[in-house]
Amino acid sequence: MAEDGFMKVSRRGVLAGGVASAAVGQASILRAQDSSTGGAAKQAKVPVRLTVNGTPQELELDSRTTLLDTLREHLKLTGSKKGCDHGQCGACTVMVNGTRINSCLSLAVQHQGDEITTIEGLGSPEDLHPMQAAFVEHDGYQCGYCTPGQICSAVAVLEEIRNGIPSHVTEDLTGRMRATEMEMRERMSGNICRCGAYSNIAEAMAQVAKG
Amino acid sequence: MEFNAPAGENLFDRAKIVGKSTPRIDGPLKVSGRAPYAAERHDVAANQAYGWIVGAGIAKGRIRAMDLDEARRAPGVIAIVAATEHEPVASSDFNYAPLFGGREVSHYHQAIAVVVAETFEQARAAAGLIRTSYTNGEGTFDLKKAAPGAPLASDRPSDSAKIGDFDAAFAAAPVKVDERYTTPDEAHAMMEPFATIAAWDGPKLTVWTSNQMIEWSRQALASILKMDADNIRVDSPYIGGGFGGKLFVRSDAVMAALGAKAAKRPVKIAMQRPLMFNNATHRHATMQRLRIGAERDGRIVAIGHENWSGNITGEAGENATLQTPKLYSGANRLIANHIAQLDLPEGNAMRAPGELPGHLALEVAMDELAEKLGMDPVELRIVNDTQGMVPGEPDTKLSDRNLTRCLREGADMFGWSKREARPGRSRKGRWLTGMGVAAGYRAAPTMKSGARVRMTDRGQLVVETDMTDIGTGTYTILAQTAAETMGLPLDAVRVELGDSSFPVSAGSGGQWGAASSTAGVYAACVALRRMIGEKLGFDADAATFDGGRATLGVESWSIRDAGALTAEDSMTFGEFKKDYDVGTYAGHFAEVKVDAYTGETYITRMLAVCDAGRILNPLSARSQVIGGMVMAAGAALTEDLHVDKRFGFFANHDLAGYEVPVHADIPHQECVFLDTLDPVSTPLKAKGVGELGICGPGAAVANAIYNATGIRVRDYPLTLDKYLDRLPAIA
Repeated sequence: MAEDGFMKVSRRGVLAGGVASAAVGQASILRAQDSSTGGAAKQAKVPVRLTVNGTPQELELDSRTTLLDTLREHLKLTGSKKGCDHGQCGACTVMVNGTRINSCLSLAVQHQGDEITTIEGLGSPEDLHPMQAAFVEHDGYQCGYCTPGQICSAVAVLEEIRNGIPSHVTEDLTGRMRATEMEMRERMSGNICRCGAYSNIAEAMAQVAKG
Repeated sequence: MEFNAPAGENLFDRAKIVGKSTPRIDGPLKVSGRAPYAAERHDVAANQAYGWIVGAGIAKGRIRAMDLDEARRAPGVIAIVAATEHEPVASSDFNYAPLFGGREVSHYHQAIAVVVAETFEQARAAAGLIRTSYTNGEGTFDLKKAAPGAPLASDRPSDSAKIGDFDAAFAAAPVKVDERYTTPDEAHAMMEPFATIAAWDGPKLTVWTSNQMIEWSRQALASILKMDADNIRVDSPYIGGGFGGKLFVRSDAVMAALGAKAAKRPVKIAMQRPLMFNNATHRHATMQRLRIGAERDGRIVAIGHENWSGNITGEAGENATLQTPKLYSGANRLIANHIAQLDLPEGNAMRAPGELPGHLALEVAMDELAEKLGMDPVELRIVNDTQGMVPGEPDTKLSDRNLTRCLREGADMFGWSKREARPGRSRKGRWLTGMGVAAGYRAAPTMKSGARVRMTDRGQLVVETDMTDIGTGTYTILAQTAAETMGLPLDAVRVELGDSSFPVSAGSGGQWGAASSTAGVYAACVALRRMIGEKLGFDADAATFDGGRATLGVESWSIRDAGALTAEDSMTFGEFKKDYDVGTYAGHFAEVKVDAYTGETYITRMLAVCDAGRILNPLSARSQVIGGMVMAAGAALTEDLHVDKRFGFFANHDLAGYEVPVHADIPHQECVFLDTLDPVSTPLKAKGVGELGICGPGAAVANAIYNATGIRVRDYPLTLDKYLDRLPAIA
């Protein structure tokens, strides 16, 4: 089947290009790849400008670079974690223009001009964000690997509830939205914690929600 | 220092820091994203290249050819180490399946190449250009088919035992249960992938990696790479979860080392998530048969537990019977573990290996027996508590066992008396509700553990040990232990972990880490106290250390006056412990609601009452227990590695297909520790809890579902497709 013409094109397009669905940079990358000039070949790079934790950043990136890898590998902001690279675990959650996303599911080139907030931007060990402090107080973590994503999500979830954005478990869609335990648990369910700190995370969030 | 007799009264009985709930000292780093995990260590080696592991596309057979040309020409590629061009690595005492096995493929997604490139994207893209052809071999992938011919396991005495005359006693018992249960293959699915940065400096190799057992891994790497262990440094200060999956070196470390040698550059590999499930280890599936015969008053007269599992070498199975000899009395007993050879990926330890599936079967069988007896399941367990002895081991003493208290106090706290004993009779609106109970047993082993303590001339204390913190709270309990022993405030202590240049510790595994490593730090601190006493001229063993001072009678010394000092020692555990069964015990309770229309199950409450000696840090110990309860809930309700029996691999090999519990699945959880001490365990009288929390809750959930619905499902996980058609009629 691999010799089939369609598959060949498909493999090159998807595996070598890796950005079949991204509009930017596709043509130049395919040209660079097809030149087949060996390991030293230069690849097309795309300029990307974003603001990360308040600091403007100008980067030249391989257009296949995810927002997550931009943060972790290029800006060396390793607080955002790579747990699955497939949008299945939530460890890479960051805020983009105030909305949480899985940064592994998003290419950096999609974020020209965006404002990114990562866990490092929420607080520092010496000056923790209230949610970070609540996680420490309630032991809302164990190994710590999902924790930055949990915290970014937790902060965003409370904001979503404040903004009246409904969820699957919201019973009264027109009434005042409340940060109930089920609301928070439902909205946090894209952030997996294999250590099983869920009960403690819920308590940390409830404390912050109460203010 | 040798711990050679049960501990008498000591400084920990007057503790100010040990035993007090203490937020993790590594907490601020973790919650702010500043704790550096293996793949994040940009600072340790310059010029890191990226590696991408290619996994075999067949389960069994031989690689005919690998076409590497296109990949080698791809942009950014620095080196490719491929199975057709590189000899297989050697084995180690810690691995069953080969980590890089040349042309022979032993299991699906076995590493067959690593592509090293300038960037992650380039390595990944080039790996996709490698064309591999195989000659398929015949493999055995179906435990159910292989089980009937599987021989008895023989590598451990606990694998099989006969006491009394089980067959006759079971046949004669007036009330009996004879049922079969199955548990599926399960994945550790820790959040941090296997990850390593490897760098060579001449003959010396450093791996910054994510591993629970530093010294095991150093030795294993030496065997695998055929080099001198003294030339290997392993560093693993932060570990994003392990659960047994990171007890042993995996192919990320091996392929990073080989890739770095070929590329002549440091190489970083974080194994891609979809490769992890078949490339690495998993918990073996089991098939179990429980036969329990009892008198009409509930006393067990015959208990038989047989277990079948399989593994790649036909040895080292999932010993699901481990808890059965310890939990319940009964004069006539049968234990048998059978192990089949399977060509699936390697089965190996996952949190409470053996006991997790064992409790899922035994503790449901006990529930079934209670029902047949018309007896309360809590009472049945209490009646059969071994009460001061280990069945069949008349010479073994119990160190400290309070199982009955766990069950009684748990029942009171949980409101067990409100449980409707008749199944399927408790209905609130659309919800069928039920409660379940299970007992829990997990051994509390200890292992030799060393540490070094350095006192600076400013009165700060630095603890160094190759012990690891896999989320268990090690940093904090070691700081608490050192602070308590030296009479210093907690914030005067810094703890450095996970570096093989530090003294060898017990490591994190088998629920031995906390008890062993705190004892090791205590030993080192006692050595330091003696050095201080010698320097300042007092008998340190007779003195009291508190508030930065040592006091003996009316005299007192500031320990800082001793200047900078370094002491190192290990705690070893003496022969006397062999006279004892040292265990941890729990009463687990669960409440569920099952949608009468759809069959969806929700856990509404969970409680664990635990007996595990002195609890060193109640805050993080509680997290260990509730974390175990979460994983047990997954085992009961959702987790299942689906075996493709035609091609021999786990089909759902990512975090979308392998369903672990999420926030929505887990309610508020309660965990209560009995105020007990175990002087046989260590000088701190503490035992582990990390695996106790997973031993039993799954069965409590299963029993609660039965209590809610009246439907008994004996094949885990209890997904609704297995009982939807049997739900009670909607009245």
